[in-house]
Amino acid sequence: MKWARIAFEGKVHAAEALNGKLKLADGRLIDGEEAVWLPPIQPRTVFALGLNYSDHASELSFQAPEEPLVFLKGPNTFIGHKGAVPRPHDVTYMHYECELAAVIGRQARNIKKEEASHYIQGYTIANDYAFRDYLENYYRPNLRVKNRDASTPIGPWLVDAADIPDPMNLQMKTYVNGKLTQEGSTKDMIFSIPYLIEYLSSFMTLNPGDVILTGTPKGTVNTAVGDEVVCEIEGIGQLKNTIIAKERKENSNAALYPGIHG
Amino acid sequence: MTLISARLNGMEQMVEGTADLDHGKVSIDGIEYKVEELAFTSPVRGTIYGTLLNYQGALKELGEQVNHPPYKEAPKAPILYIKPYNTISSHKRPIFLPDGIEELEMGAALGIVFGKEAVNVSEAEALEYVEGYTVVNDVSIPHESVYRPPVKYKCRDGYCPAGPWTVDKDGINPDSLSIQVYIDGKLVQQNHTSNLIRSIPRLIADVTEFMTLYPGDMLLAGIPEGAPKAKNGDSVRINIESIGSLENTIMREYKGGDDR
Repeated sequence: MKWARIAFEGKVHAAEALNGKLKLADGRLIDGEEAVWLPPIQPRTVFALGLNYSDHASELSFQAPEEPLVFLKGPNTFIGHKGAVPRPHDVTYMHYECELAAVIGRQARNIKKEEASHYIQGYTIANDYAFRDYLENYYRPNLRVKNRDASTPIGPWLVDAADIPDPMNLQMKTYVNGKLTQEGSTKDMIFSIPYLIEYLSSFMTLNPGDVILTGTPKGTVNTAVGDEVVCEIEGIGQLKNTIIAKERKENSNAALYPGIHG
Repeated sequence: MTLISARLNGMEQMVEGTADLDHGKVSIDGIEYKVEELAFTSPVRGTIYGTLLNYQGALKELGEQVNHPPYKEAPKAPILYIKPYNTISSHKRPIFLPDGIEELEMGAALGIVFGKEAVNVSEAEALEYVEGYTVVNDVSIPHESVYRPPVKYKCRDGYCPAGPWTVDKDGINPDSLSIQVYIDGKLVQQNHTSNLIRSIPRLIADVTEFMTLYPGDMLLAGIPEGAPKAKNGDSVRINIESIGSLENTIMREYKGGDDR
């Protein structure tokens, strides 16, 4: 089954996909167009992977990592399907990253990869935008590149794990304004989802609602204000967003390191 | 008297009271307690963001390395990291040493707790968004490189003790607080928040330029240079002037059986 979280008539609802409509918990059927789509889960700890597809690593002229390159994301960065992602006025390169997201369903500590599938509740799609101008070589990729407000659309659906028999063999596509710009398959991940669950749970506890964004294949290109970006993963759905201009605000002191005084 | 908010005796709701920091006493609803009579849980429930290299001495410690690979140049924007949900811990709770690790780095940090949603705030107005301050031990497994995100070193279960309480922001100048760390009663580190590269208001302005801090979120001001290391059995106390003292003991990770 496919699940969404939506706002409708001033209330937040859990909704299930049914015959092209959304079925609310109270039984009403509504049209997707009537809903405001929210992230299908309210994530607590969110892990993301850098350079987890060897073709994308080589595209960015990096060696494929020997150990998962993991970073974390905060709740400020997530928005729902059909949301708007702000592009700061000063960036020269902002690229989408279509990613399969695995949602943890049971607490996991020291779990072996053979057992990992029992700990997954389901899957969704994330678009983990990066703003390359802000890359610096400290805790790279840093939060200024990867945790900006409203810069990670996620959804539309949380699809039950039982409905995705082989998450490690799904076609992925991204379209910008209807044109196919990225194509890949989850089979090309360097570190598979079961491996990532084993790796992370070997040193920390994973909790229900935690999410792992598993990285993106090659084919990331710059995007512009007004672009409509659609990330598609086989069996999971299509996640759409548009890019808007970030409003300029009077906050002149941003971005310059004051350095050492005295 | 210091105005505090705390979670006590396993209850989720915060209670307000006063603390007498010099004499280790807390007063709630007119009843006075010794601090050690009370069981605290972490006063923080929101997202916790740490700040790397925000003490002048911490950046100096890295020295010329900042001009060489992999760093290539000194940092420009604040370098942040997340201490996730599983790291939340509190006063008097043990900090566990994993197998094969002999020492942990004790990161004495001022925790800035937010009371209002803060986005794109100016330096001049930044402190209006703060609810209060707490003491944090931002625990790490010692590691040399800060090139890649530190999840494996900083995000283990219970690696972010905070508390015992939060102190109301009124009357506190966060840029003028002394910090001491004691291990088994011996002073092992001393510093002062006046040595920050980015003052607290400046840090809040620069961080909220690109991300929102929500009520209940906590930003750590940074860890001073020369972070002390603690080993199995050590009792660690971090004291921040006008805020309080956070105490934790280092223990071997429990593996079951009697072989501890």
